[in-house]
Amino acid sequence: MIQFRSLLRSLTPVGGALAVAVLLILLVGESPFAALWAIVDGGVGNVSRFGDTLTAWTTLSLAAAGLAITFTAGLWNIGVEGQVIAGAIAASFVAREIAAPTPVMVVLTLLAGFAGGAVWALLAGLLKVKGKVNEIFGGLGLTFVAISLSTYLIIGPWQREGIASTSGTDPFPGNAWLPTWGDLRVSVVSIVVAVAALGTVYVLLRGTRFGLRLRAVGQNLQSSALFGIANTRYLLAAFMLGGGLAGLAGAIRVTGFYHKLVPGPGGGHGYLGILIILLAAYKAKWIAPIAFFFAVVAVGASQLPLRLQIDASLGGIVRSVLVLFVLLAGGWQARRSAIGQRRATEEVEA
Amino acid sequence: MNELHSLIAAAAPLVFAVVGETITEKAGIINLSLEGSLMLSAMTGFAVSYETNSLILGFLAAALVSSLVALLVAYSSIALKLNQVAVGFVLFQLCVDLSTFLGNSYVRIPGPSVGALPIPLLEDIPVLGRLLFDHNLVVYSSFFAVIAAYYFIFRTRQGLDLQGIGERPEAAHARGVPVNRLRYMYAALGGSLVGIAGASYSLAVKLGWSFQHTRNLGWIALAIVIFGGWQPVRAAAGAYLFAGLLTLAQILQAPLPGIAQVLPTIPFPLMILTLVIVYSDWLRRLTDRFPALRTILASEPPAAIGTVFEPE
Repeated sequence: MIQFRSLLRSLTPVGGALAVAVLLILLVGESPFAALWAIVDGGVGNVSRFGDTLTAWTTLSLAAAGLAITFTAGLWNIGVEGQVIAGAIAASFVAREIAAPTPVMVVLTLLAGFAGGAVWALLAGLLKVKGKVNEIFGGLGLTFVAISLSTYLIIGPWQREGIASTSGTDPFPGNAWLPTWGDLRVSVVSIVVAVAALGTVYVLLRGTRFGLRLRAVGQNLQSSALFGIANTRYLLAAFMLGGGLAGLAGAIRVTGFYHKLVPGPGGGHGYLGILIILLAAYKAKWIAPIAFFFAVVAVGASQLPLRLQIDASLGGIVRSVLVLFVLLAGGWQARRSAIGQRRATEEVEA
Repeated sequence: MNELHSLIAAAAPLVFAVVGETITEKAGIINLSLEGSLMLSAMTGFAVSYETNSLILGFLAAALVSSLVALLVAYSSIALKLNQVAVGFVLFQLCVDLSTFLGNSYVRIPGPSVGALPIPLLEDIPVLGRLLFDHNLVVYSSFFAVIAAYYFIFRTRQGLDLQGIGERPEAAHARGVPVNRLRYMYAALGGSLVGIAGASYSLAVKLGWSFQHTRNLGWIALAIVIFGGWQPVRAAAGAYLFAGLLTLAQILQAPLPGIAQVLPTIPFPLMILTLVIVYSDWLRRLTDRFPALRTILASEPPAAIGTVFEPE
C-alpha cells in the first residue's frame, strides 16, 4: 500500500507534465496522440534518427555524469555549458592541427576535449577557492567567455577559406571524424566513452574513499575541514573531473556530430545536463535512462514542425515542466511531513 | 551625439531589468530565471499589445507574467525550502521554450510600438535636452525607476527593512519585520520591473517578436546587477556602459570584423573581476583603513541571499 502510494506520488509530476503538453497541443489545434507518435517515431523510428538520439544521449550523459561529481561536492557547476564548449574548442584545435590515422586522432581529440573542459572548470574552481567568487557567477561568466571564444576563432584565425562566416569552420579532415558504421549515425566510440564515464562515476561516488570524502566536503564544508580533509584540493579535483567529462561531451559534439567547430558548440547540452541531474536527484544511476528520455524528446521534437503544426520547443517545455513539477512535488512532500511531525510533537507536549 | 542619444534609448529595458533584479536580490532572493522571464515577458508584451491594440495592457500583462515567475521562485524557496538556483534555472529553460512556443504566430509581424514624446521646453536645453528629454515614455520611466529605487532602498524606512531582510533576516524578524511576506512582495515588485523590461524591449527598442528575441539580455542583466554592487544607480551605469559597448561594437565592425561578437560579452569578465576585487583581502584592508571608501567600493552581495528564513 505504501509502495503504491509512493509510486503514485512519483507519477504525479509526470502526469502534470503530460497534462501541460496536451493542453499546449490542443491550444494549437493538433492531436496529442499524433504529437506523441511524432516524437517517439522521430526519436527512435528509423536507424538514422536512432543514431542521432544515441549521439545526443552520449553527450547528455557525459555532461550529467560530470555534474554528478560536482554536485556531490556541493558545487553548483552551472558553468558546465562553458566546459562543454571549451572541450569542443580544444578537440577542434587537435582535429585541425594534427594529421594522424583515425585511431590516434580519436584518442587525441578526446584527450584534448577532457583537458579543455577540465581547465575551464579549474578556472571556475580557482575563482571559488582563491577568489571567493561563487561558482554560479564564475561559471556563467566563463560560459559566455567560451561562447565568445568559439565565435572569435570561427570568424578570426580559423575562418573558412575565403569567407568569414559565423556558420562554422571548414569541416575537419576525415581522419578526425569519430568513425561510424554504415547508415548508423552514431559512433561506437562515443557510446563506449559515455558508458565508461557513467560506470566510473557511479563506482567513484559510491565505492571509493575519494567519493566518500567528496560527499563529506559537499555535505558540510565546515565540518570536513575540521576532520582534516583538504577541502580545496577536493573541490578543485571535483571541478576538474566534472569539467573533464563535460569536455569529453564537447569533443564528441564536434568530432561526432558537427564535424566542425560552430559558434556555441555545446548546443545547450550542458544546461540540459543540469536538468537531468536535478531529475535524477543527483544520483548517477538514474542518469542513463533520463538522458535517453531527454535525447528522444530532443531529436523527436524536431519532427513536430515537419509533420504537424507544432513548434519543436514543445519538447523543451515538457522536459522543463517535468523537472519543475518533480522539484515542487519534493518540496510539498517534505513540507507535509514536516507539518505532520510538528503536529505530532505538539500533541505529545499537550 | 546621435549615438549617445540612441544608446540611452536602447539601454532602457536593461535599466528596468537591473533595477528589478537588484530589488529582488536585496530582499535575499536570487531570481536566476531572469533570462527566460525577460524573454517570455517581451513576447507577452508584444502579443497582448498586438491583440488588444493597447500598449498599456501589453506592459501590464508582461509585468504580470514576470512577477508570477518571480513569485514562483520565492514560493519554492520560502514555503517549500527548495534551492532558489535550481528552481530559477528550470524556470529559465521553461520560459525560453514557452516564449518560442506561444510566440510562434507573432514572429516578424508589424505591431504597435511606443511613440516618441519629447518634453516641451526641456528638450530645447542644449545637448542635455536632446540626450535626456527627447525620448519616449519608456525611457523617462527608466530614469525614474533608477532614482526612485535608489531613494527607496537607501533613504526610506521601508528601504531599510528591505536591506534588513536580505542582510540579516533574524535581526529584521526580531524588530518585528515580516521577513517572508516582504520577500514575496519584493520578488513580485522586482519581477514586474523585469516584465516591463521585456515589454519595453519588444515595444520600444527592437520592435516586434522573433525567435529568442531578447537572447542573453537576461544573463547580461544578472551580471550587471553584480557589477553594479546591488545598488540601482551603479547598476544603471553598468547598463549604459553595456549599451555603449554595443554601439562601439557596431562602429568597429567594419575595421575589425569579429569585434561585434566579442565586445558584448565583456560584462561577464567584468562581473567576475568585480567579485574578485570585492572579496579580495587588500580591498578589505583598504576599506578598514579608509572607512569612507567603503561606501564607494564595497559592494558585497546581500549576506542572506539565496537562503531560507524560518521564523521560530
